[in-house]
Amino acid sequence: MSIEVNGKTLETDEEGYLANINEWEEGVATVMAKEDELELTDEHWEIINFLREYYEEYQVAPAVRVLTKAVGKKMGKDKGNSKYLYALFPYGPGKQACRYAGLPKPTGCV
Amino acid sequence: MAKIDFEIPKLEDYPVVPAVKEGTMKHSQPYKAIDKFQEPLGYPGKLVDNWKERALDKMGELLGKYRSLQVYLDSCVKCGACTDKCHYFLGTSDPKNMPVGRQDLLRKVYRRHFTFAGKYFPKLVGAEDLTKDVLDDWYSYYHQCSQCRRCSVFCPYGIDTAEISMAAREILDSVGEGQKYCNEIIAKVYKIGNNLGLPGPALVDTLEGLEEDVEEETNIQVKYPVDQKGADILLITPSADFFAEPHVDGLIGYGKVFHQAGLSWTLSSYASEAANFGMFIGSYENMRQVSLRIRKAALDLGVKRIIFGECGHAWRVAYSFLNTLAGPFDFLDKRYPVPQHICELTHGLIESGVLRFDKSANDDMVLTYHDSCNVARASRMGRKPGGQFTIPRDIIRASCNNFYDMPYETIHDSTFCCGGGGGLLTDDLMEVRIKGAMPRAQALKQVVDDYGVTHMAAICAICKSQFTKVLPYFGFTMDQIVSVHQLVSNAIVMDIKEV
Repeated sequence: MSIEVNGKTLETDEEGYLANINEWEEGVATVMAKEDELELTDEHWEIINFLREYYEEYQVAPAVRVLTKAVGKKMGKDKGNSKYLYALFPYGPGKQACRYAGLPKPTGCV
Repeated sequence: MAKIDFEIPKLEDYPVVPAVKEGTMKHSQPYKAIDKFQEPLGYPGKLVDNWKERALDKMGELLGKYRSLQVYLDSCVKCGACTDKCHYFLGTSDPKNMPVGRQDLLRKVYRRHFTFAGKYFPKLVGAEDLTKDVLDDWYSYYHQCSQCRRCSVFCPYGIDTAEISMAAREILDSVGEGQKYCNEIIAKVYKIGNNLGLPGPALVDTLEGLEEDVEEETNIQVKYPVDQKGADILLITPSADFFAEPHVDGLIGYGKVFHQAGLSWTLSSYASEAANFGMFIGSYENMRQVSLRIRKAALDLGVKRIIFGECGHAWRVAYSFLNTLAGPFDFLDKRYPVPQHICELTHGLIESGVLRFDKSANDDMVLTYHDSCNVARASRMGRKPGGQFTIPRDIIRASCNNFYDMPYETIHDSTFCCGGGGGLLTDDLMEVRIKGAMPRAQALKQVVDDYGVTHMAAICAICKSQFTKVLPYFGFTMDQIVSVHQLVSNAIVMDIKEV
């Protein structure tokens, strides 16, 4: 499988996750969101950017609580919870937002 | 919720056994593991050319190794007692999801190639050749079994479909037809130490965050230590406890219990996983490799006890197989069970009066309890028979004022699987997961309607993740599933102690 971003063909796995994280650019998130009929707002980008920064440092997606806490600190306590994240990413922040951010899919009993 | 293109089973007022609809789930197949997930486990990277020969050789090997497998394949009398007991049959109507139908997929090949009657009079005894169609059926339907063993409770001969399903997956793996979800995860355990692929520094960062949160909430410094040499207790817990909700609320609870009881404990970054998917794929060797990590961590850290967190199949492996796989554990303190379940620890501390609770902290909830299949039917807890049923319920009753059980035919050893166990907790099997959750959702609805139950507690990471995902399809919300130690965490009375 693959997606078309700014004239380039980028390889994805069978679940739509980018095969090579280094090929990520902002267009990846925009194209994937469009396929899900989702309009990316600044709030979405805050999450996507945080995921990428965290991954850069730790080589794994952040735990849900790490993510909600970071969001709470940055955007106000009322937004530091999974409800807010699911409102932004209805398929789940871990899975949908990670995919947009170019991260591999979180695996395991999650 | 993800988009779906199939019909979600309706929750009726009472359980209905559906009329059979052949082939409704034939299309359901999980993604196959590619070479980079297969090879670290010792399996070929893709379907081998001489797959038929290899599959039959493997079947012969397993029949020789596991006497039980041959007994199960020989002893079915087609009495029909199992036919309406599988949650996947009840949710899908596909007769190959009847336990006997599922067993027969392997049994017919066994008869053809390994029994006298099947070799010479195949049509008389339902024996069939192993063809590519049969192999495809195996891949499809042995990945629609959560190895929950409910059927075996009702089988007069005690035939354990889980064991047949495990053998089938081992055969599939050996010819190169592995399942991506399980095998990718096992390879990650070998490389990083847990199913998630959570490296040590991320684990430390996550736990430090929890310490901050707990201190903010309670004004008490509860520690969540990692790799602390000389600690008394090594906690082995599913990595989902670090990552997901409501799992993490349970982990917070374990820490509070250890703190309040004054016990010294640690996690290990090397063995940062309780789950052992080696069991799901029926691979003794992979199950042993994963288990040996726990032994090594216990020795390296010099602990005296091993305690397991809330993980269903991990407790089966721990309780039933750990000593064989990774023993002897003669270096541990013999005064305690080897290994011990976190619920056994908490329960003991409640009985001896060490822990006290303010039950009103959970008054915003009316609870029920979901017995996880591997705990209920493949293990025990405590000293008395049935402890695996009473101990978690006693903990809930000690920490909550409002508790009601679901209908008796859906709990204890008759419990219905969550629908996501046995290596099926993956998005590519969402249809079978949702349909298979129907019987549990129906029982839940009954206590919601009758007693105003608002939340269901569980002690298994898979159950918690599965319900978070599938409950919304049945009119519930994702946060109606909670961890047992989350209830403990909410209600435990904490004293300030020197740390």
